[in-house]
Amino acid sequence: MDLKLLTIDAARSAVQDGKITASALTESFYAKIEKDDPQIGSYLALSKERGFAKAAAIDDMAKSGKVLPPLAGVPVGIKDVMVTRGVRTTAGSKILGNYIPPYDCTAVARLESAGAVVLGKMNCDEFAMGSSNENSAWKPVHNPRDLSRVPGGSSGGSAAAVAADLAVATLGSDTGGSIRQPASFCGVVGLKPTYGRVSRYGLIAFASSLDHIGPLTKTVKDTAIVLRTIAGRDPMDSTSAEVPVPDYLAELEKPIRGMKVGVAREYMGEGLDPEVRSAVEDAVQSLAELGCEIVKVSLPHTEYAIPAYYIVATAEASSNLARFDGVRYGYRAENARTLSEMYRRTRDLGFGTEVKRRIMLGTYALSAGYYDAYYLKAQKVRTLLTRDFDNAFKQVDAIVAPTSPTAAFKLGDKTDDPLAMYLADIYTVTANLAGIPGISIPCGQTKEKLPIGMQIFGKHFDEATILRLAHAYEQAA
Amino acid sequence: MKVTDKDVSYVADLSNLELSAEERERMVRDLNSILGHIDALEKLDTSNVQPMAQVSDRYGVDQSKQGSERFAYASREDILEGLRKSLPHEEALANAPDSDGIFFRVPKVIER
Repeated sequence: MDLKLLTIDAARSAVQDGKITASALTESFYAKIEKDDPQIGSYLALSKERGFAKAAAIDDMAKSGKVLPPLAGVPVGIKDVMVTRGVRTTAGSKILGNYIPPYDCTAVARLESAGAVVLGKMNCDEFAMGSSNENSAWKPVHNPRDLSRVPGGSSGGSAAAVAADLAVATLGSDTGGSIRQPASFCGVVGLKPTYGRVSRYGLIAFASSLDHIGPLTKTVKDTAIVLRTIAGRDPMDSTSAEVPVPDYLAELEKPIRGMKVGVAREYMGEGLDPEVRSAVEDAVQSLAELGCEIVKVSLPHTEYAIPAYYIVATAEASSNLARFDGVRYGYRAENARTLSEMYRRTRDLGFGTEVKRRIMLGTYALSAGYYDAYYLKAQKVRTLLTRDFDNAFKQVDAIVAPTSPTAAFKLGDKTDDPLAMYLADIYTVTANLAGIPGISIPCGQTKEKLPIGMQIFGKHFDEATILRLAHAYEQAA
Repeated sequence: MKVTDKDVSYVADLSNLELSAEERERMVRDLNSILGHIDALEKLDTSNVQPMAQVSDRYGVDQSKQGSERFAYASREDILEGLRKSLPHEEALANAPDSDGIFFRVPKVIER
């Protein structure tokens, strides 16, 4: 079976109709991973035992003639920040180098209940902190479209694997753009749902008020299928919202004619690569031709988003990462004489440079004398940024913007300049601060044949509208 | 320069990090560079703006309800066993770097 362009429905139907067994499909994905992944580096661990067991169960169901669930036999990959029972989970960090979780992340459990076969764990920046995947403690990921370039981050492995046909779909996490930016760099679809739409239970926390789980897939329809599967209230996460989950597949087919689509000048200004700008402008034109009304909107506080984000995110991270102390799980430095020395040496040796930098920045921002100037200030700016979106959405149904100011950059380009790396998130962090959904879809390529991504933002809990627009654009393109 | 070597030592101490001399030097440089950018926030007048700690108290909840009422859906009766059974003892200890089979074991807490 040709794994290229294999979608969720195609994989499931092939298994349902007996054209291929789920076991054989799983086997062919593992063979391709063995052949192609050494150059790409998208997997950190393969869960063969678990994957083949699930595939065999699906094959038994198919043999008995039962109607298979929506993801039956579909090979998927899980970002290594989501815990998987019995399968090593490291969050891309040495401090969790030998961690075998005793439970499953809700999103993973829901995918498997819908029939998905978990192939393994995807490479990522350490604790999801990074925009290029170069902060993985284990190995970098290379962009399948150009191996000298980064796949984006932090869900770099999740995006690269989908682009290289090493999984049909993957789960990623997005705290400041970590699903959307790599999706854009690798030329795939990536969705950050509304905050509270998908349970975070079992997601290793980076910044709890900004963390989201979402899908990366080849098509918008596949993203809709995965979202429908993982969305909805989970009693294990008190911030998962009790908001009904619509039938996203039915929503996809509804017309987009007459929809109001906003374009914000703050996202099209200085610092935006001209090739990316022109691709996004062309995409806006296509939406107009499909019958959308294009409306200029303003999100006036956008320039403050990166400063506010890097205070809120690091402050929450400094608190969340306090749990890594070498006592209950993970790495412990040897030969420490006292408890305090053990903590320090464990964290010194277990965390990478970027993680330490963020813990330091966050602790500084929360420390006595600086709390009001940094943390409280950033929280107030968060209110203003959220209000910007609330106001814009009084005029429009969705907002289109570039996902990233540039296409994929080269490995090593930004590793010595943390601020330059942070600025790569300029168009994505706003959706995390405001909690609104955002999807990145391919909208052309540069002269060097690098993918360009376009982002569509929607109102809180209105993933249906942005999926509809993205689907209509994808079908027309 | 805002952040000094002394600040870095103090914050490292709060963070339970030690950092090598080289790391400290780099941290002084990086934190100053990042905070230099973050200082743009000072330009913005936020004196009449309420801080926002999270999203989930604003969207997807019943706005007519206040306080804990608003989150009633997320609460439950106190029950002896939680939503699911507690982790069995041996599973909870399975990932421990050091344990005696009953407790986590750590280096001496009280010095001297």
